[in-house]
Amino acid sequence: MARKSSTVTSTKDAVQGRESTETPAAFQAAEAAYNQAEASGELFQILAPDGTVVRPDLLPPAETRLHLYRQMRRARQFDERGWVLYRQGRLGVFPPFGGMEASQCGTAAALTKNDWLFPTYRDTGAALTLGLPIARTLAYWRTSPHGWAMPADLKVLPFYIPIATQYPQAVGAALAEKRQGTQNVAMAFIGDGGSSEGDFHEALNFAGALNAPCIFILQNNGWAISVPTTTQTKATNLSKRADGYGIPGVRVDGNDVLATWHVTDQAVKRARNNEGPTLIETVTYRVKAHTVADDPSRYRTEDEAKKWLEKDPVTRLEQHLLKEGILTEESHAALLKEVAEEFEAALTEADAYPDPTPAEILDHVFAEPTPQLLKQRAELLEEQA
Amino acid sequence: MKTMTMVAAINNALDLALERDPDVCIFGEDVGVMGGVFRATDGLQQKHGVERVFDTPLAEAAIVGMGIGMGLAGLKPVAEIQFAGFLYPALDQILSHLGRYRHRTRSRYHLPMVVRAPYGGGVHTPEQHADSPEAILAHTPGVKVVIPSTPGDAKGLLLAAIADPDPVFFFESIKLYRSTKEEVPEDYYTLPIGKARVVTQGDDVTVICYGGMVEVAQKAAEAARNAGIGVEIIDLRTLVPLDLDTVLASVEKTGRAVIVTEAPRTAGFHSEIAANIAEEAIDFLQAPIVRVTGFDAPYPPFTAIEDVYRPNPLRVAKAIKKVMSH
Repeated sequence: MARKSSTVTSTKDAVQGRESTETPAAFQAAEAAYNQAEASGELFQILAPDGTVVRPDLLPPAETRLHLYRQMRRARQFDERGWVLYRQGRLGVFPPFGGMEASQCGTAAALTKNDWLFPTYRDTGAALTLGLPIARTLAYWRTSPHGWAMPADLKVLPFYIPIATQYPQAVGAALAEKRQGTQNVAMAFIGDGGSSEGDFHEALNFAGALNAPCIFILQNNGWAISVPTTTQTKATNLSKRADGYGIPGVRVDGNDVLATWHVTDQAVKRARNNEGPTLIETVTYRVKAHTVADDPSRYRTEDEAKKWLEKDPVTRLEQHLLKEGILTEESHAALLKEVAEEFEAALTEADAYPDPTPAEILDHVFAEPTPQLLKQRAELLEEQA
Repeated sequence: MKTMTMVAAINNALDLALERDPDVCIFGEDVGVMGGVFRATDGLQQKHGVERVFDTPLAEAAIVGMGIGMGLAGLKPVAEIQFAGFLYPALDQILSHLGRYRHRTRSRYHLPMVVRAPYGGGVHTPEQHADSPEAILAHTPGVKVVIPSTPGDAKGLLLAAIADPDPVFFFESIKLYRSTKEEVPEDYYTLPIGKARVVTQGDDVTVICYGGMVEVAQKAAEAARNAGIGVEIIDLRTLVPLDLDTVLASVEKTGRAVIVTEAPRTAGFHSEIAANIAEEAIDFLQAPIVRVTGFDAPYPPFTAIEDVYRPNPLRVAKAIKKVMSH
């Protein structure tokens, strides 16, 4: 029997290039910390918005903090350049995610390349963090089939356009990994709007009942296009929905990357240890429009977005790293330059992808094309000749 | 060889598939301990273990959605939807994802998934237990649709569906589960998906049907034969891929076509067959094509008049007479 290599991943690898210093005591401290934050109605944080450390006991190693910062910078570079490229007519419809980098990069950074990632259309940052090449990602938003051809060494799915459908699929992938004797996990993303969908509830129930090693990220970013969370649901704490399915639910400051990473890392360890799924609500904000085609001034005030800019996840960690001397002005400038150059090189690569030919419409429907597909191909080729 | 009903042949096929390939797993509502509401999975959990044959919570969308994830990660999921009329909550997973995974990943991923669902009427089930939604699936790019009409076909086609690298919907006529018996080889074998079967040969009229309607067509053909009319019955066996060659060869020979399904009339798969015949073989036709179908109304659970909705041999015989008298 041909069996996939069952790679057992050590926690050491949980963030590339990082030595884990986790101890059971720290795990317990974390549990206590969320509980305390929950009880006081506050969000679990490690870094305050001004970059000061509120939980020194939970601060990850400097190397991890730097890794997370780089990932957020790469994501922000994509988001900012994406908007410009759209204006220049070099990108199709693009859903910006700027301001949500901590929610996406901190969570995805807790995975390894053996794990599954099921991102929504707004989770470019998460996909880039797991290792989806920038050029492929650009190609996807350029509506080129090169963006659909996912790299063979990654288990990241193309961005999901329907809402919440990826949640039950992540449960299946997680269960399959478990059946195959690996410790690999599946992580799926959703927004606050998506938590109204039946698939969300069915997936949480299935994951709990079948003990799937699955991590559900619920990014509460305030708006589902024009509908605010307060219209979406009467619930004010979406992480509590996990209670109904007998699985742990955690609510975290989604603009504090150290907090999102820490909580997700704990959830991933639980999942690898066959302790089952976790729902993580990252409380964040979609600072920009739903997509480049949306006009948020029709449904919300600029003041609201401005308030959230003060909680910006990237500058929050930046201030901390500079203060701690983990970054200097020089090394910071060098990092930004590197990230910008990486993006431009990828853009050049994406520019070189050839356009598809018309008959490619009919490719990849089945392993073997049906007689009907063959006939339609012949007709199409004749028309195009 | 062993005499088997269709449900026994299906059970036998699932057993062999589980034995043959450790990646195959079967799941759905009541498929485990109970062995399925029709006993199609009877004894499989006891034999192959709870890891491979398991009950799920009750939610069709999640059953199919979870199966998609399992298929992505290298397993061969065989999901059971308890009745085809309960398939609708899962349509988002099927239309949005199951059918397009290969396409939207340029074959980086493919889904070797089978969804089994009992379909159709004829056994006086309650409301919503007798639907024939095959046209919805046939209209969905990227999924195959198989509907067997004999125990031997059911086994060979189901094993082919499980071995197929792409998603296959496998509809099982509730009426035929126990009403037909035949000698079926006990060993593993497959039948090609996309190949129709000529049930009876005849020179005067072609009757095209599948699943539960094959039995009905056979009874009508018998009556016609007594009246001196030679009926050729084509059992499509699979709707996607469609074996149009066999259909056209027969219609070109007989010059007359009657299409029988128990699905509602408008936009049914019968219309697809009629359109193809009109496009490809109109010069051979000696009479307009006639469809014998259900009605554009929900399937009635009223025992006294169920057979009015579901085509019976008399209606098919009348259609044959009509095309013959044109």
